[in-house]
Amino acid sequence: MNFGIVVFPGSNCDYDVYWGLKNDLGYPVRFLWHRQRDLEGCDVIVLPGGFAHGDYLRAGAIARFSPIMEAVVEHARQGRPVIGICNGFQVLTEIGLLPGALLRNESLRFAHGPVYLRVENVQTPFTSGYQPGQVIQVPIAHGQGRYYAPPEVLAGLEDEQRVLFRYCDASGRISPEANPNGSLHHIAGLVSANGRVMGMMPHPERRMNSRLGGSDGLALFQSLAQAA
Amino acid sequence: MMARIHISPKPDILDPQGKAVNSALHDLGYREVSEVRVGRYITLEIQPQPGQDSRARLEEMCRRLLANINVETYTIEIHEG
Repeated sequence: MNFGIVVFPGSNCDYDVYWGLKNDLGYPVRFLWHRQRDLEGCDVIVLPGGFAHGDYLRAGAIARFSPIMEAVVEHARQGRPVIGICNGFQVLTEIGLLPGALLRNESLRFAHGPVYLRVENVQTPFTSGYQPGQVIQVPIAHGQGRYYAPPEVLAGLEDEQRVLFRYCDASGRISPEANPNGSLHHIAGLVSANGRVMGMMPHPERRMNSRLGGSDGLALFQSLAQAA
Repeated sequence: MMARIHISPKPDILDPQGKAVNSALHDLGYREVSEVRVGRYITLEIQPQPGQDSRARLEEMCRRLLANINVETYTIEIHEG
């Protein structure tokens, strides 16, 4: 079981993921440069956070045409896991592996700091290590994280229980105050219809070691490693 | 030829940037402004190849890359010469 981290020019959370997977969890992990066309046999593909291609035009708009993305789409089509974190989530919506779009935060501010998330569905390869309704704390760091999808798409996501994480307060309560960016339905993370592609704005890779503020992100990568 | 492309957030999409500009204009005394939407303006210099349908290709460029048609609309103006 190998994790592969795609590195775009402008990725800046690639080493965070690498460090956590390698040192905190002891999993085999490698970097995959965006110009290459094969995934070197990696089982789980991570699209990390950052500002791929400078976020020029729109976040993720240029990265989705990087040569490696064809292989990532094929990997997902085969039902193998792909996770996009922050900028990686934006790339996944731009390429159409996940529905909707991530727009400028309602506050217009860059939103950063720890937030609470409620785990909404644990029957997925990304969340099987959590308890239903568990509240976890992970940080966010984004200017464009306001999840938007048209009403019929949102209804479908809810019906199919594809919202995996929702912004909440420390007690798990959903409220506008606990929503850091104005995301519709307080969505922080969601999964594809086939359950194998997940995108989330918060950064689980920054919570993989209690010495670095917490370890609530570990279960996500452990779930993935078990599923892969 | 030259193409000018205007990209705007769709009408039903909340545009916080437009709201902020709107309130700044109000602060400057321009009370007649009732709504602002902020988009992007892109110019392209084009040398069409024989047999190419420039408008169709520009439409394709907008749909594939320049605009996110889930949340944005676009208009294309072509200026010959």
